[in-house]
Amino acid sequence: MSQNLKNIPVVAEGEAPLIQPVDMESFREHNRKKSKTLISKMMTEEEAVDRFVKDGDYIGFELYGTVRCPVSLTRALVRSGKKDFRIAGQGVYEIDLLLAMDLVREIDFTYIGLEVYGVSELLRRRVESGSVRRIVEWSNAGISWRFKAASMGVPFIPTRCMLGTDTFNKSSAVAIECPFSGQKVALLPALVLDVGFIHVNRADIYGNCQIDGISGFAFEMARASKNLIISAEEIVDTSEIRKHPGRTIIPYYLVDALIKAPFGSWPGEMTGLYERDEPHYRMFIESQKDPETVDRYMKEWVLDLPDHQALLDKIGKNRLDEITLKK
Amino acid sequence: MTTTYTPSELLICLASRVMEDGTTAFIGTGIPMLAASLAQSMHAPNLVPIFEFGGTGAILEKLPLAVGDMRTFNKAVAASGICDVMETAQRGFVEFGFLGGAQIDCYGNINSTVIGDHARPKVRLPGSGGANDVGSSCWRTIAIMRHDKRRFVNKLDFLTTPGYLTGPGAREAAGLAAGTGPYRVVTNLCVMGYDKKSCRMKLLSLNPGMTVQEVIDNTSFELLMAEEITRNEPPTPEELRILREKVDPDGLYR
Repeated sequence: MSQNLKNIPVVAEGEAPLIQPVDMESFREHNRKKSKTLISKMMTEEEAVDRFVKDGDYIGFELYGTVRCPVSLTRALVRSGKKDFRIAGQGVYEIDLLLAMDLVREIDFTYIGLEVYGVSELLRRRVESGSVRRIVEWSNAGISWRFKAASMGVPFIPTRCMLGTDTFNKSSAVAIECPFSGQKVALLPALVLDVGFIHVNRADIYGNCQIDGISGFAFEMARASKNLIISAEEIVDTSEIRKHPGRTIIPYYLVDALIKAPFGSWPGEMTGLYERDEPHYRMFIESQKDPETVDRYMKEWVLDLPDHQALLDKIGKNRLDEITLKK
Repeated sequence: MTTTYTPSELLICLASRVMEDGTTAFIGTGIPMLAASLAQSMHAPNLVPIFEFGGTGAILEKLPLAVGDMRTFNKAVAASGICDVMETAQRGFVEFGFLGGAQIDCYGNINSTVIGDHARPKVRLPGSGGANDVGSSCWRTIAIMRHDKRRFVNKLDFLTTPGYLTGPGAREAAGLAAGTGPYRVVTNLCVMGYDKKSCRMKLLSLNPGMTVQEVIDNTSFELLMAEEITRNEPPTPEELRILREKVDPDGLYR
């Protein structure tokens, strides 16, 4: 056995260099320095982006585009003028907003599309023109497990997915023979985000967060983020959180900034609160087909609006009432 | 008695009939959602749909539009997250998985990543998403495809999701779980399976009105033939009624 452990054979190697280096020691150091005091993290979207995001950062979003997604934060990010991002994902609407403004340079890629509505024209244009410089392929579980490895504080995680495919060949994964069983496994490198963005149902002012319904990969991504920016539909008193501590999926000490953002996932949906704004979403998809119409869309629905409240005013109370789920 | 139906309705019914009661099925966006919902109302009330962002055991009353939307955990037994359900599949709990894509080859390998070169693609497609995981971990996968020569190809531009890779034993040699792999391909022309020995795609049954020659003409690779090629029954009046009244009353997929 000891012989085996010294000479674990690498049986296959993905050819892509890592977009984000694996450095768990600096992640530990960073986490050690984060405040563990119960202090308010409340601020505006603009302030959070200004303080915690830099040009060239590696960023990620959860859940995705039309479901419980931090879209008010994405709009603030687009308006901030910060650029040249490296991103993890999977995305529907939110990544399209970044692609529309040509803010993305490298992608650890799993899925960017429009689900039932097909292929993202914005992605196609940016990739086919070369303005997205590098794409490294992964599976959905692969990306989530990479967050899980970071969340565990270990540099990689073994899995049985991606093996034998071009998805593996165009990734940065490595396959080895397991020293215990001889089974071939793919090793996926831990993925630590410079900045993570997550939208939740409710949080207290310190950033203790609850999510209703499926949790996607919020648990793992929150723990894999050096800086974590949270938007919440509702800010509740800490006593509400302490009544049901088992429901806290993201504890306060992970959180750097917290923004109150009702309808923060619009035009996407939010469990128990509102439905996807289908006509608006379809209008956006229609606008993608032509660079000029998408520019007009971005101007009208993102760039010309100073903040999230201005967006809510523009959508109007009637429309927001219509998509609100009846109790 | 003749009942008129659309090509989508036929695909949904064929995919629905493949699913068995009392099993688990990993459900992706679109036709698999309708097929699973129809199966729950017909022959498989105990079918457990699993959605990749954590919905498990939903009762599919309203058609989901996204694999993470609220309808994917409507009256569900559990709403967890992607790691949990993908690990559940990796542990061998998930029987069926549905796949789609731009290209499929004779071993059931699927491309949903790029047409052309990866670094300079002619067409950039949405990517693996959960497809690679489903194709790696589910016991039996079912591909739903439009049937033409551009899609049924000799060589994929990119192998996103593993079928039988290069043939017998290749999945196991790559490290994929033993005993897993492609099971059926459901198209607008026919239903296909795989030859046990060679792992190559094999025509099993023809859709109403279709001929063997039409299937051959629309497939770039050489297709094996079952000893007896049967006929798929058209959608029954009962299937159509449930589909139109319950599963998809808004007619999104008609």
